[in-house]
Amino acid sequence: MIEDIANLFHGFAVVVQPFNLVLMVIGIVLGVIVGVLPGLGGANGVAILLPLTFSMSPTSAIIMLSCIYWGALFGGAITSILFNIPGEPWSVATTFDGHPMAQQGKAGEALTAAFTSSFVGALFAVIMITLVAPLVASFALRFGPAEIFAVYFLAFCSFVGLSKEPPFKTIVSMMLGFALGAVGLDQMTGQLRLTFGFTEMLNGFDFLIAVIGLFGIGEILLTMEEGLSFKGRAAHINARVVFQTWATLPKYWLLSLRSCLIGCWMGISPAGATPASFMSYGIAKRMSKNGKNFGKGEIEGVIAPETAAHAAGTSALLPMIALGVPGSPTAAVLLGGLLIWGLQPGPLLFVEQKDFVWGLIASMYMGNIVGLLIVLTCVPLFAAILRIPFSVIAPVILVLCAIGAYTVHNSSFDVIMMVVFGILGYFMKKTSYPMAPMVLAIVLGDKAEEAFRQSLLGSGGSLGIFFSNPLVSSIMVLGLVALFWGAISTGWARLRGQAATAA
Amino acid sequence: MSHSAKEAGGAGPSHRNVEIGFTLFMGFLGLLSIIGSLQVGIGWGAEGPKAGFFPFYCGLIVVLSTVVNLINAIRMQENGLFAEWPALWQVVSVVVPTTIYVLAIPYLGMYVSSAILIAAFMKYFGRYSWLFSIAIAIAVPAAIFFMFEIWFLVPLPKGPVESYLGY
Repeated sequence: MIEDIANLFHGFAVVVQPFNLVLMVIGIVLGVIVGVLPGLGGANGVAILLPLTFSMSPTSAIIMLSCIYWGALFGGAITSILFNIPGEPWSVATTFDGHPMAQQGKAGEALTAAFTSSFVGALFAVIMITLVAPLVASFALRFGPAEIFAVYFLAFCSFVGLSKEPPFKTIVSMMLGFALGAVGLDQMTGQLRLTFGFTEMLNGFDFLIAVIGLFGIGEILLTMEEGLSFKGRAAHINARVVFQTWATLPKYWLLSLRSCLIGCWMGISPAGATPASFMSYGIAKRMSKNGKNFGKGEIEGVIAPETAAHAAGTSALLPMIALGVPGSPTAAVLLGGLLIWGLQPGPLLFVEQKDFVWGLIASMYMGNIVGLLIVLTCVPLFAAILRIPFSVIAPVILVLCAIGAYTVHNSSFDVIMMVVFGILGYFMKKTSYPMAPMVLAIVLGDKAEEAFRQSLLGSGGSLGIFFSNPLVSSIMVLGLVALFWGAISTGWARLRGQAATAA
Repeated sequence: MSHSAKEAGGAGPSHRNVEIGFTLFMGFLGLLSIIGSLQVGIGWGAEGPKAGFFPFYCGLIVVLSTVVNLINAIRMQENGLFAEWPALWQVVSVVVPTTIYVLAIPYLGMYVSSAILIAAFMKYFGRYSWLFSIAIAIAVPAAIFFMFEIWFLVPLPKGPVESYLGY
């Protein structure tokens, strides 16, 4: 514990180096822009900018990329409140009360509340990561292949059980992701598979291409279909409004705490920030004495989803750092970055790459403080970006996506695949197939498969290995519970319903 | 995928038909995975499970889940459009130039093809004047050039124009 605190301060020393501070500011600004523009979400933005970091040291690179992520989390709130357009899926719930507030001329209050709650949520999650991640990592160091597979199993089952998309569609997305990840050279036998004789497919599908296509191009296509026009409210934010709003916030401490807890819980399980924000909004609406005013511009309706979304977005990094299992698509992209910089994600990071891990954790503290200052002072600037017409922004985003896809492997074929994934993403979004499980499956496919095959090799092909000791069995059982969570909860509700009618 | 038009009521393909078509497409991808796995072997070899072992079961699960999704899609109440034709036309008119753009990159280079895409897009969708469109179309790739090639030292594909300019 003491050692961890010393490491953390060492991390701060790394982060406050001028070069890293500059990267941090650049990252936040880019992140907010990425969060504000349609078609450039957090995951996609980080994926496009990843190649820019190839020449940096891993610590500087992760500082810049994670700051892009914080920036994107902050940025989503701006468009939701001022334009009633959620820049990110997790800010949909923020539009319910944020935009009505802006229409009543209280945009400044809404934005201040949103940014501050985001900050509180993130801070809570970072403190949780600081305390919990080293413990989880040292525990996970004892994991063998069977336990590692069980953790992947748990992560993917939670997707099926907790996501709001139909479970069988989630399974299809996920399993197709695994199959796509399997294309190319088999790492264990060195055999080619699923290439059907196409030499272009030798190297398989890179998940970065999938991310840029699914989230970037797909989103542009959707926006074109909806024919969206921006009609924004002006933002007047000044020091007086900020301090007045800050003065009112402490009385919502219980709401904040509850939203933080919901966010952390949902963020660690790979359900992610979007359901966390909805859940937090829903519970706040039921619990608040102003519940009937929700949807008409109630400040609590802004605090609840923003706190939860940011807490979830931040805590999604916990399983990524400690276990090597990303909790969200953006965390998956960051994990892909680790692999490219030559770091092996997982519990060993805490032993072998102390500088890197604690630099990252320190940058989470610093990045959120810097982020809060930047967004509070620069809102009008970012709002102005949204006034650039879509017919100018769209081709520029297309170009950036193409450059991002090309620079991953310097391959023109990848750029073509990006468009294919984009069209796939458009149809997936329209027919409610979730994209996040597919992306995570492509990223983790190789590792999950390796763990699975190694376990079976050890047991001589018997699936009993996954229930051979208390540790692995309990993770597997948790996974099964998560998998059937939907069925269990409806069954439970029905039982209770019957009990109620019988009584 | 065929988006056969159901002209009943609205102008556009019905959501149900597209849903069925896309579900079948996903199932087809699962089938491909099964076939490809069978080609490399799905049983046990000298070094444990063969290369096709894992993707075979993934494909199998996709196909089985597709059956459920298909039943759900067929049972879906027949109402609601997938999208109206003009809206779909907007989508197509982005997909087609983007595809041409992507195919042109290896020949024209990243910068020139990007400039053409931006100018054409602004002219066609935004109805901006040629002067303004071309100005933006030159400014954006130029900014990208300085950011990537000069600042971060990441080379992008170049075509005849760049080599004429000496890069």
